[in-house]
Amino acid sequence: MSRIADAVNAPFAPVRAFFRKHRSFGIFVGVVLLSIALPLLTRVPPFDGIQSTNAWVNAFTTAAIYAMLAMGLNVVIGFAGLLDLGYAAFFALGGYTYAFVAAPFTGIHLPFWPMLLAGGVVGAIFGVLLGAPTLRLRGDYLAIVTLGFGEIVPITLMNADKFTDGVNGIGGIDKPSIPGILQFTLTNPWPMYGLVIALFSLIMIMIYRLEDSRLGRTWDAIREDELAAESSGVNIVIAKLQAFAVGASIAGIVGVVNAAKITIVTPDQFRFAVSISALAAVVLGGMGNTIGVATGAFIIYLFQSILLKQLNTLVENINIPVLNQIDFLDFQYVLYGIVLVLMMLKRPQGIFPARRRMREFAPLKIGKRGAK
Amino acid sequence: MSAAKSGPMLRARGVTRKFGGLIAVNSVDFEIPRGSISAIIGPNGAGKTTFFNVIAGIYAPTAGTIELDGKPLISPPTGAGREPILLILPTIPFIGLAIYSLLVVGGDTGLVEGVASVAAALLGFVAALLLNIVRPTWYNRLIKRIGVTRPARPNDMVVAGLARTFQNIRLYKSLTTLENILVGMHVHMHGSFLGALFKTRLVREEEAVAEQRARELLAFVDLSGMENELARNLPYGKQRLLEIARAIASRPKLLLLDEPAAGMNPKETEEMTALIRRIRDELDITILLIEHDMRVVMGISDHITVLDHGEKIAEGLPKAIRTNPKVIEAYLGRGAAAGH
Repeated sequence: MSRIADAVNAPFAPVRAFFRKHRSFGIFVGVVLLSIALPLLTRVPPFDGIQSTNAWVNAFTTAAIYAMLAMGLNVVIGFAGLLDLGYAAFFALGGYTYAFVAAPFTGIHLPFWPMLLAGGVVGAIFGVLLGAPTLRLRGDYLAIVTLGFGEIVPITLMNADKFTDGVNGIGGIDKPSIPGILQFTLTNPWPMYGLVIALFSLIMIMIYRLEDSRLGRTWDAIREDELAAESSGVNIVIAKLQAFAVGASIAGIVGVVNAAKITIVTPDQFRFAVSISALAAVVLGGMGNTIGVATGAFIIYLFQSILLKQLNTLVENINIPVLNQIDFLDFQYVLYGIVLVLMMLKRPQGIFPARRRMREFAPLKIGKRGAK
Repeated sequence: MSAAKSGPMLRARGVTRKFGGLIAVNSVDFEIPRGSISAIIGPNGAGKTTFFNVIAGIYAPTAGTIELDGKPLISPPTGAGREPILLILPTIPFIGLAIYSLLVVGGDTGLVEGVASVAAALLGFVAALLLNIVRPTWYNRLIKRIGVTRPARPNDMVVAGLARTFQNIRLYKSLTTLENILVGMHVHMHGSFLGALFKTRLVREEEAVAEQRARELLAFVDLSGMENELARNLPYGKQRLLEIARAIASRPKLLLLDEPAAGMNPKETEEMTALIRRIRDELDITILLIEHDMRVVMGISDHITVLDHGEKIAEGLPKAIRTNPKVIEAYLGRGAAAGH
């Protein structure tokens, strides 16, 4: 079998070698190709019957936002092994950061682009704030504390009426624009799609680089054995804080984009369900595998927002007596539950398990036995 | 390595460690001569591993100090009660500003200023918290002036030049052997966060050099050709070798080996003994080991310390230890010592 596979792969070997050497470029090309292919795919049956291309593009944008969230969560869970159940909080903080400085509510209108960075910084600060007291906690204890943090943030946002307009949230958030060239609008999904795709590939490239670096190895070591890591000279305090900060700053940046996309933030958008859906994506895709996790998020999002909706129309059309009373969209939580339970039982490593990186090692130098 | 330096590699003075009412290590004075292979022996529960863990920075001592290579690194923590002050201090001006803008200025004009100063206070708090947790050296020096000290952590000890292995092998099991060693080299690599993001030339060169050195280390412990093997797939004896290689990857001055020959057959034990000698002779690393196998201990140690019930009962050359009545009593009971 492998001989056939080798024969088939042979012509692609130089291409592969190229992309292995220039992985960042490869990711960029791959994401761009995919982002062109996906909208084209929606022009052909059966996808064109489901919704308009614009609606599809909109859905892909949201899916990519969720995929970025999942990739960020994967840094915390998959790389450093810190179970974070309150990830939506950072997403919320990013969103509110932008809403606070770019909406009629406060009357401030700062431009979008620098706020992307600000969202990341705010996320990182709160990530450290959450990470610092939880450094000594492991496993389930950490999960409970982060769960609490994840609830505190939206509830605080809900109750601090004076600053956040409570349950109503902050609406009318400015859309991004490139002055004189391009104004993002609600009706045209393409600019936002482009922005999200660019950000997506950027974040993916950065995560891959971190994973391969000294820091990534540190995270590996901590996940495998904290005590041994410490005794290898790893400062686990700093490494864990870095994991929290990186994960949270990605969520913060994505929060800013999300707020700019839907132009309203309310506390209800950031409840536990968001954390759980990101977690489900990480588990489904395969903890520790960045591309896998992004794919997992795509699958879950498209499943819940497209397939369940389709199921509704389907059942309505066929007119099955009991089933047509049910709104399948309410069943997304069941979906997360099923995904988590099934994956844990049948394939705990995820659909695309993280393969230990097989680097191309330089050949051994012979005759240099004995260091120093 | 500065061979010119004199004095012992490690000096422990009056080291005591209590767990609740149990005194695991009781006022032990201890020195490791530079360039020696020393051993700590003692019956089960004598406090050997606890003493080891105190030296390695895992447990803070209840009393006593430890110097590594002349540098005082470990002493009992002091002034813990004063630490919260350090956290609150930097936020006070901002909180004051927030209260001023919300209450005195009041109303809508104060809103943004209030939020901004609360945010600034939060930032100050986070910065203080971070400093308090991360504790860079300059910060440690600063807080020492108000009487707050904390013993070195395990990673600080590694930076200072100490490395260790564990009684029950603790490798990074799902990393390759090469990656295990690379983690061990961590303290000598300086690739920063941004360096990794932008993959600067410095980082790439450093990685390449580290990888080369990791291969050499693997060759040193006779594991070449297993670079891409997962650590968990190695046989037991080779896992021990890998753990030692990982420890010496941090270029220590002092290497602590916790029962390096445990669970090995005679041939492997012999190889291990030879390796320990080679580490001392070729890499110029002082070695301290805990070992149960008397043949190993007597065979390679220059210097032996015997612990029993947390106290040092004897020390000296292997020959002297072997005939020391106190030691025989500790191992075999009073009757045996009397019969001797």
